[in-house]
Amino acid sequence: MKLGVLELRDISKSFPGHQAVDRVTFEIPRGEFFSLLGPSGCGKTTTLRLVAGFDSPTSGEIFLNGASIQDRKPYERNVSTVFQNYALFPHLTVQQNVEFGLRRSTPPPDLADRVRGVLELVQLTRKESRYPGELSGGEKQRVALARSLVVQPDVLLLDEPLSALDPNLRKHVRAELKSLQRRVGITFLFVTHDQEEALSLSDRIAVMNGGRIEQVGTPQELYLKPRSRFVASFLGQVNWIDGFGVRPEAIRISKSNPDGVSCRPATITRSSFLGNRIHVESRFPDGAPVVAEVSRLEENFREGESVHLWWRAADELRFGD
Amino acid sequence: MKGRALSFYAVAAFAFLYLPLLILGVFSFNRSRFTIWEGFSLRWYQSVFTNPQLSDAAWNSILIAVAATAISTVIGTCCAYGLWKRRSPVLLGSLYLTLVTPEIVTGVSLLAFYQAMFRFAHFRLGMHTVILAHVAFSIAYVVVVVSARLRTVDPKLEEAALDLGANEWQAFREVTLPALVPGIAAAALLAFTVSFDDYVITSLVAGVDSETLPMVIYAIARRGVDPVINALSAMIVTGFGALILISERLTARR
Amino acid sequence: MKRLRSVFLAPSWAVMLCLMIVPLGIVLLYSLLTRGAYGGAGLPWSLESYRRLADPLYLAVLARSFWIAGVTTVLCVMLGFPLALFISRSGPRKNLYLSLVILPFWTSFLIRIYAWMFLLRDTGLINTVLARLHLIREPLPLLYNDGAVILGLVYAYLPFMVLPLYATLERLDPILLDAAADLGARPWEAMLRVTLPLARAGFIAGSVLVFIPCIGAYLTPDLLGGGKTVLIGNLIQNQFTTARDWPFGAAASLVLMALVMALLMFLIRRRGEALL
Repeated sequence: MKLGVLELRDISKSFPGHQAVDRVTFEIPRGEFFSLLGPSGCGKTTTLRLVAGFDSPTSGEIFLNGASIQDRKPYERNVSTVFQNYALFPHLTVQQNVEFGLRRSTPPPDLADRVRGVLELVQLTRKESRYPGELSGGEKQRVALARSLVVQPDVLLLDEPLSALDPNLRKHVRAELKSLQRRVGITFLFVTHDQEEALSLSDRIAVMNGGRIEQVGTPQELYLKPRSRFVASFLGQVNWIDGFGVRPEAIRISKSNPDGVSCRPATITRSSFLGNRIHVESRFPDGAPVVAEVSRLEENFREGESVHLWWRAADELRFGD
Repeated sequence: MKGRALSFYAVAAFAFLYLPLLILGVFSFNRSRFTIWEGFSLRWYQSVFTNPQLSDAAWNSILIAVAATAISTVIGTCCAYGLWKRRSPVLLGSLYLTLVTPEIVTGVSLLAFYQAMFRFAHFRLGMHTVILAHVAFSIAYVVVVVSARLRTVDPKLEEAALDLGANEWQAFREVTLPALVPGIAAAALLAFTVSFDDYVITSLVAGVDSETLPMVIYAIARRGVDPVINALSAMIVTGFGALILISERLTARR
Repeated sequence: MKRLRSVFLAPSWAVMLCLMIVPLGIVLLYSLLTRGAYGGAGLPWSLESYRRLADPLYLAVLARSFWIAGVTTVLCVMLGFPLALFISRSGPRKNLYLSLVILPFWTSFLIRIYAWMFLLRDTGLINTVLARLHLIREPLPLLYNDGAVILGLVYAYLPFMVLPLYATLERLDPILLDAAADLGARPWEAMLRVTLPLARAGFIAGSVLVFIPCIGAYLTPDLLGGGKTVLIGNLIQNQFTTARDWPFGAAASLVLMALVMALLMFLIRRRGEALL
């Protein structure tokens, strides 16, 4: 059995009156971009803090490179955290912030080179003497990244690092973060509540709910083959029809009754042109609403029109309950 | 862990701050006049009340404190109100100056002032000189406390009153003043304790017939330890402590 | 509106002018006069008083005042910082502890000094207890020396150090300490490299707030030093009573005032905002 760089085994954390993390188990191989995804309160940040060492688990074990670390203090673990609000030291310059983890009793001889290297990596080379107060949100985030990367941790922990940024900036930074991770090759443990973020960045995702892991898998697996209703509806929209689910983009609309395919009649209630696709809302005869998203290259649909909705059986999401 | 050591230290630090006064209080009940416990007794408390020098001085202190408090509270409240309406950095600066000036300098300058006045007017050192001096340094305390209270008052309330037909005086008296009452009371209590306790300035500007309690305490302390002071101290500290706690409660509310 | 405001401010102006500004002006005048035959002061104008202050005898008094104020300040820093740290970490009871720290200060200053006399003198509690325990044969000279004065000053002004330190520590985001630990710093390292530098403003403010009253101290050195510890305050008092050399006393007063103002200016410029 090949051991991953980080392994959580049956990790639980309970607070008085509240089970924050419930028997969480997963393993991350070296170099992977792994995300914990879930709504607020699902335990993802608590799990991250347990890995970092800011809290200790009520039960369970954490292994880093095969060594058990759940009893070690944060400064004894070779993991590094990028905090949501960056936690840059306000009294130190960018340079001094980045150096912080390296300036121990015996600083490494190549300290200056390493700092310069990581600042180049995050594209902050001309701002070393600035103070955090003089930086923009995006720049602060890059300093936080550099500071954590320069100590060469086994795993980099990121606590919703994009949520404090301007929405316009987020997509751009997201792409930079992904390419950075690819270049450096460090294992990322990324926490977010934004499913689009998780889907676009991650190699694998663990979806969490109420302290438990619902499913672990690649973005494709989770989206196309969700194993629970929660995962299905968290990762994207779902139409629930007769106990099973169909995604809006899997629904086809036909004005006539197509042969050879099972379909259902419906009446269009609204049709919105979104540029590259059309968002169509309709109703089944029993009044149940249905949302479909079709390519704009399809025909136009008018309100009140009677149409037939059909989908491939393979696109149905069925669950064992 | 660091936390436990810190808590231990905090206990020690608070003990340092409070033990001397507690010990003083405990020994005020000592039957003997030496620092060896010889049994419980109230004799020192009795002699506080029977000692004529002490009671005269206490009476003077109370008189002076009440007068100075009354005057400085009124003037100080008006001043705080005026400053609230519009700032005056010069006045505020000179008020802060009184807080920062060493007592010895304030005392000496007032003495020099009084002596200069003696050349022009029939003026002698006495209760009135002390009261004036106390007013001088108490005003700043009153202004600070009442200003703090004023910061919680919405200036729009007075504007509303004016809008409804009141004049400025009525607006002040019926809208702002009632809201200020706890702050004024707190300031008065503070001014009272500051005035009652003052030694340095008082000793310089007091006349022969206006000996205050701190002056007597000082004289006795200079000579030696007299348990009467212990009893007196216990009474004063408890009394002041209570006044200050009340004052804090008044400023803390809302 | 303006007239009412003037009415409200007029009495304060009168008091400040007559009882603060004018008296200080008179002191200034006195400092430039010559000592009168029966005390007081009179012409001719002279800078003699200021010149005399430069005498090594009086410079020693100045130096000693600085020394004692300095030692007191350092002790207050050492004793006050852990207490401020404790209070900033004490959660919901913060305000209670803050009140407890400042409360003794507002009871009687004179009595607080007397309490230490009661403890420290030859027949005081400490010596009595030690003698009873047969730990000493003769009473220790705890009172009437510089040490007693410093002890009294620290006792009196410790709250002035604790409160500003608490204020800066309270504003410290605890996540910065998490970040430091995350990057490998042990608790003492985090204290040294993060907490202390960020509390610098509190240290400066507290130090000035302690130093200023210490340098103008009169009652504490008088009672606890027994007249042997002569600081500027005692010197001034002496000139206006026993020595009857008002011009000299006035000059000393103004020098003291100048020192205090200089320290305040330093503090205000450093902090940038109104501290009081």
